[in-house]
Amino acid sequence: MATLDLKGIRKVFGSTVALEELSLSVGSGELVSLLGPSGCGKTTALRIVAGFEAPTTGDLLVDGEDFVGVPASKRNMGMVFQAYSLFPNMTARQNVEFGMRMRKVARDKCRSRAEELLGLVGLAERVSNYPHELSGGQQQRVALARALAIEPAILLLDEPLSALDAKVRVDLRQQIRRVQTRLGITTLYVTHDQEEALSISDRIAVMSDGNLEQIGAPADIYRSPRTEFVANFVGLMNGFEGSLQAVDTVVLGAAQRPIRINDAAGVTVGDKVLVLIRPESVQLEELADGASAPEGVIEGKVLMHTFLGSVTRVSLSSDLGDLVADVPSLRALTMPPDTRVAVRVDPVGVRMLRR
Amino acid sequence: MATVAARIGEAPQRARRGRRRVSFWTWFWLVMAGLYFLVPLYSTLEFSLETGQHQYGLKWYGQVFADPAFRSSFLFSLRLSVETVIIGLLLMVPTIYWVHLRLPRLRPVMDVISILPFVVPPVALVVGLAGAFNAMPWLLSSSQILAFAYVIQALPFTYRSLDAGMRAIDVRTLTEASQSCGAPTWKTLVFVILPNIRTAMLGGAFLTLAIVMGEYTISSLLLFQTFAVYMQYVGETQAQPAAALAIISFGLTWGAMMGLFLLSRRSRGGGRGTPAAVSR
Repeated sequence: MATLDLKGIRKVFGSTVALEELSLSVGSGELVSLLGPSGCGKTTALRIVAGFEAPTTGDLLVDGEDFVGVPASKRNMGMVFQAYSLFPNMTARQNVEFGMRMRKVARDKCRSRAEELLGLVGLAERVSNYPHELSGGQQQRVALARALAIEPAILLLDEPLSALDAKVRVDLRQQIRRVQTRLGITTLYVTHDQEEALSISDRIAVMSDGNLEQIGAPADIYRSPRTEFVANFVGLMNGFEGSLQAVDTVVLGAAQRPIRINDAAGVTVGDKVLVLIRPESVQLEELADGASAPEGVIEGKVLMHTFLGSVTRVSLSSDLGDLVADVPSLRALTMPPDTRVAVRVDPVGVRMLRR
Repeated sequence: MATVAARIGEAPQRARRGRRRVSFWTWFWLVMAGLYFLVPLYSTLEFSLETGQHQYGLKWYGQVFADPAFRSSFLFSLRLSVETVIIGLLLMVPTIYWVHLRLPRLRPVMDVISILPFVVPPVALVVGLAGAFNAMPWLLSSSQILAFAYVIQALPFTYRSLDAGMRAIDVRTLTEASQSCGAPTWKTLVFVILPNIRTAMLGGAFLTLAIVMGEYTISSLLLFQTFAVYMQYVGETQAQPAAALAIISFGLTWGAMMGLFLLSRRSRGGGRGTPAAVSR
């Protein structure tokens, strides 16, 4: 399978800079997600790779070959679109056969491959249905089969699940990942859904305002965000201003509350930092009436609960400011609003960004 | 409690009676409008069927159909209709497709251009054509000039129909999906876009047919014997055959409209696809 390299890709629309010197590599058989909010440039980047937009400057290499200026129809890249892109006048089988027919593949081979791919995506019994006779999830599966039918060097997916309901999204993204892994196709996947990106990607490239903020494995992106944007966009984060007091201690807020850390991560003692704490790293313990929090432990008061299923997001106020903690729901029942709690922070979940 | 229950039960019945009642004035104006359209039509039909004192038959229709001039003018107009449809679609389909795909900012300009034929009188159009093609007298004397003029006359209807068809599909996404499958632009137009605007194309074609079959001014100024010119001639010399011709022409127009109506119903009710697939 092919490799994909974007080198210094810049795209300007009129006076708007959509992409600012984007450089990114996708290895053979790898699935890289472009993750970011609307308007960050992720779809523009994908469309440049697909050949629907030309970069203002920069290089696009597929297996080392320059693809800038190559028409989209000659790039051998399969694409699944966000909007339903199936041809309404063709059945599911005919949609999947279309690319092969354009390449003048023999009719019987077209048919057998189309049926094989539709079977792969679980639609063997729907080959003769028209798009309007299929559900949204089924249509996107046909679109995936159609993109794979041409045996593309690169598979491109532009928010393929955003128009589907939650349950279908979860099922279909797993199916996409299974198919991609099984066929080993180099894939570029655009999404604004962090859960989607975290669950299926080999690496995630987080983008903001046309810039690449950070690229890495999902676990690294989540646990070690390198910018405030990544910290806040990927998962929820409690953020506090502080300073490094010692290699294993950082003090937070005006109250100078100390918390332990595992890794100073290149920050010098005395440096001002933004301290980032994941909600799941915040541990709460009810305080008995009249009791105070132990020395060095932050005291807080429960403001409200947000039930999320197995986990409840508990919002607290403290002398550091407001923060949230993710607590097992059964445990959260013992801490209704107005409960006084002792707040401890697991050092594993603490990160710092130098100010 | 029983009184309340009874009153509650009465409310839906009053609502149902209210929904069935149509006001007197609604019926009055409907009937007036119907009479306005139907009385002259009925009068014309009756006049065309009168063969003598209180005698009715199809004599005048037979006379019209037997007239060689009727056949030649009808077939001539029909041929012109087909040529106009073909030229119009060949010109407008790629243009509107390209505007939708690459030049959406030109749509307001196209909207204005498409209604210019309503503004320009046919006489002015003929004078303009004669001046423009003055250096090609062979064209001016050929029936082709009529087809070109009719393409302009039918432009508002062809454009609106095709534009509506293009707006009903996601032209950009379908084109990009087709290109990602390896299809060049012309194959995308032929295999993907055209089948999905088939109803719009047929609608434009039927409207063009109705316009061309009934057009008189341009053809008479350019001295061609079209169906409308023939009707005018018969109307000046033979009253009852003229009435029969009017009914025939009316029937043609209504036939075209019914065809359009049935096509659009089939498209809405069955979704896109062949009838066999739709019925599955």
